Amino acid sequence: MNKHLLSINDVSTEDILRVLDTAESFREVGTRVIKKVPALRGRTVVNLFYEDSTRTRISFELAAKRLSADVINFSTSGSSVAKGESLKDTALTLQAMGADAVVIRHSSSGSPYQLTKWIKGSVLNAGDGTHEHPTQALLDLYTIREKLGRLEGLRIAIIGDVLHSRVARSLSLGLVKMGAEVTLVGPPTLIPPDAPAWGVQVSYDIESVLPKLEVCYMLRVQRERQRQQYFPSVREYSRLFGLTRARVAMLPEGALIMHPGPMNRGVEIDSDVADLPQAVIEAQVTNGIAIRMSLLYLLLGGARGEEATDG
Amino acid sequence: MMAPRLADEAEIRRSVTRIAHEILERNRGAEGVVLVGIAARGDDLARRLATEIERIEGVRVPVGALDITFYRDDIGMRGEAPEVKGTRIDFDVTGRTVVLVDDVLFTGRTIRAALDALVDFGRPEAIQLAVLVDRGHRELPIRADFVGKNVPTRKDEIVRVALKEVDGEDAVVVEEPR
Amino acid sequence: MAERTLFRGARVVDPAAGLDDVMDVLVQEGGVAAVGSGLDGLGSTVLDCEGLVLAPGLVDMHAHLRQPGREDKETVETGCRAAAAGGFTAVAPMANTDPVADNAAVIHEIRDLAVQADLCNVFPVGAITKGLEGEFMADIGEMVEAGVRMFSDDGRCVPTARILRNALTYAKTFDDVVLAEHCEDASLAEGGQMHEGYHSYTLGLAGAPGEAEEIAVARDLAVARLTGGRLHLCHLSSARSVELVRRAKAEGLRVTAEVTPHHLVFSDEDLVAYDTNLKVNPPLRTAEDRASLRAALADGTIDAIATDHAPHAVEEKEAEFDRAPPGTIGLETALGAVLTELVGPGLMDVRRAVEAMAVAPARILGAADHGGPIEMGRPANLVVFDPAASWVVEPPFHSKSRNSAFLGRTLQGRVIHTMLRGELTVTDGKPTR
Repeated sequence: MNKHLLSINDVSTEDILRVLDTAESFREVGTRVIKKVPALRGRTVVNLFYEDSTRTRISFELAAKRLSADVINFSTSGSSVAKGESLKDTALTLQAMGADAVVIRHSSSGSPYQLTKWIKGSVLNAGDGTHEHPTQALLDLYTIREKLGRLEGLRIAIIGDVLHSRVARSLSLGLVKMGAEVTLVGPPTLIPPDAPAWGVQVSYDIESVLPKLEVCYMLRVQRERQRQQYFPSVREYSRLFGLTRARVAMLPEGALIMHPGPMNRGVEIDSDVADLPQAVIEAQVTNGIAIRMSLLYLLLGGARGEEATDG
Repeated sequence: MMAPRLADEAEIRRSVTRIAHEILERNRGAEGVVLVGIAARGDDLARRLATEIERIEGVRVPVGALDITFYRDDIGMRGEAPEVKGTRIDFDVTGRTVVLVDDVLFTGRTIRAALDALVDFGRPEAIQLAVLVDRGHRELPIRADFVGKNVPTRKDEIVRVALKEVDGEDAVVVEEPR
Repeated sequence: MAERTLFRGARVVDPAAGLDDVMDVLVQEGGVAAVGSGLDGLGSTVLDCEGLVLAPGLVDMHAHLRQPGREDKETVETGCRAAAAGGFTAVAPMANTDPVADNAAVIHEIRDLAVQADLCNVFPVGAITKGLEGEFMADIGEMVEAGVRMFSDDGRCVPTARILRNALTYAKTFDDVVLAEHCEDASLAEGGQMHEGYHSYTLGLAGAPGEAEEIAVARDLAVARLTGGRLHLCHLSSARSVELVRRAKAEGLRVTAEVTPHHLVFSDEDLVAYDTNLKVNPPLRTAEDRASLRAALADGTIDAIATDHAPHAVEEKEAEFDRAPPGTIGLETALGAVLTELVGPGLMDVRRAVEAMAVAPARILGAADHGGPIEMGRPANLVVFDPAASWVVEPPFHSKSRNSAFLGRTLQGRVIHTMLRGELTVTDGKPTR
């Protein structure tokens, strides 16, 4: 494993499998009477969240705590960051406090890369701007493998605002790495023209894609995209690209419906669709904790610099 | 290099049989007894013991596998995070007599970790320890209840147990340090 | 006895005189006294220049010296020292100071600061529109009287064809006045952090497409045709812009163009680690664009190299990519970058490099004392550099800032002496004052 998790591109196929397999063990830990192991006792994990994301933060917090690491939550409201402290100064402070890992969520693409210049420990990207969200991709890979038994050769569509979606980037790259066939679907204004270079296919017609899928992955579409004129109206978006009950019927038997949350019910996904048995959205959340435990364990369970000794 | 053999297939089989008898004797039968082997190889030995116990007593005792990686005390002292092998204890340990099973008893640190791990699954009535080989050099106050064979060793030697299930043969060998 | 300096045995590269030969150059009383072989060094400071190149002092027609207004980033003095260290004897600072150089008072202030520093000739660029706001023409005539020959709203593109038309037409009142345009269609480039393409999509950074520049270049060339005005295009970055300029020149329009060293060296691919020092405007484009820029510079379609030296405070650049201001410093690395990346691999010869870094910018700027020829009676504005010396770009810089795109790179070609009007501003690679 690399020291940091910045992009799914930095994780080899072998390491992806290692993360998924190790997560399996942590799923088992989650079933014990005491759901906590002492694997990272004495380690400090900082959650540095510049964007509100209760779900991701809680998932990381729970993961770190179940590994017995000390967890510090550093969110921007009411902190020194709100008082105008720069990312660098915040990083240097965390460094001085001895953070072994910093989990960062930031609205600016590339911020985790910047952080690695000032933090000696591991940096985990918990979503940076419109760049990547590699832990989400890994938990999605885990969930798909868990439900369908494999990744290779699966046909998966990622549907929605691909252009602004860090989830879509990480997941596309991750799936392609694992040998899946990915199709990006959405209005042309929200699909990067160069996307085929990621190894994916592109379609603007959801209904022609659905009947061939094993996984239908819906992305959150923010209403502000309408103001920015990426599409004329939310209603038209839903009509052309939303996952309705009628469209679910076009999916083959056994196909999964996934969503990274939080959902815009009624925009990209119909309210009752999200509650269908083939929608595995809750499993995604549960698996998120195991995946993040796995990552923290693999990144922090090894030597800390000079502490490394043989045997 | 030819490593000297301390035990062969027949000897291991006799040890397993004897330990199975001792477990039954000590616990006056198989009632309430569960076996938990420490991965890797302890879990295979636990399954062999269960088969022996079933042969002797006609009772199938539950067998689990325990991975102690997350409980090790040398985290951060190795280059990479140690590989996780997987735990599978699909029965309740509370109120049971758990016989921990491992291949080699050495410093006692693995057993310490296993004891910590085990209590996260519940509160056993008692925990006993069965090992195929006790090679001495304890660093913690831990003693086995059932021992297949005591083997005097130098501390820097390596004692390796091979089992058919994973290694293709049954043997106990001593290797010189590399 | 008057101060005399003899540069002995230098390879004199003087495109304006058509000279490239090993020679001695004698300087006396601020001017070139003799150029020839075996000149008498008696009573002179003799500088051994064996293996070194002597050329007209470099001219940067596009720099940001930040004074007045952002003296924390750069001052006229520190900027001129950085320029001298980079082999420059003339610099044209852009008008986007605070207050904006849109009137004679600011122009005089900058020039006075430059005279005090006495490290470079400074040719302040005046704003085309008041406050760079793109609405009302600045007092161009007043600034021309104060000596300004180049006008630009650099950092912004003149927003409408109509305003540009009026300015270009009005500028014809004066001899040799040139309007320099930062070509960028604001509506297409808005929010852009880098060149729009595969890398911007993959890095999740908002992109500005090459078309944002090309649209503005096309518009400006059309307006130049309409007015017959003299137009200079700043820091071209895209291959299709180059094509437009090539056609315009063939057509006979009065247009010149520049390119920066960083656009000649880097491409959008280099942004994969979000290095904010590589965030520049216009953005670094594709490797294909870069290849076109190099070819266009070699064949003369692009006339000149200009640094777009843009100092920024450390804390501004050590920040999130989308919050960091665009720009790189460039005065101290320009020559080394050009020699290393263009001359070294054989894309052009030293003569063409000197032409693009001294002769052409002096001509465009109307800096008659610069750019050669190196002949008797001409002002001694010279640079001597070692084309073989390699060095690693790292702080400290003579510039007040250190936001260099070239940090950590090894460059081949280093300035040894810079001479301004017969006085060494840099000797043995170090500023003299």
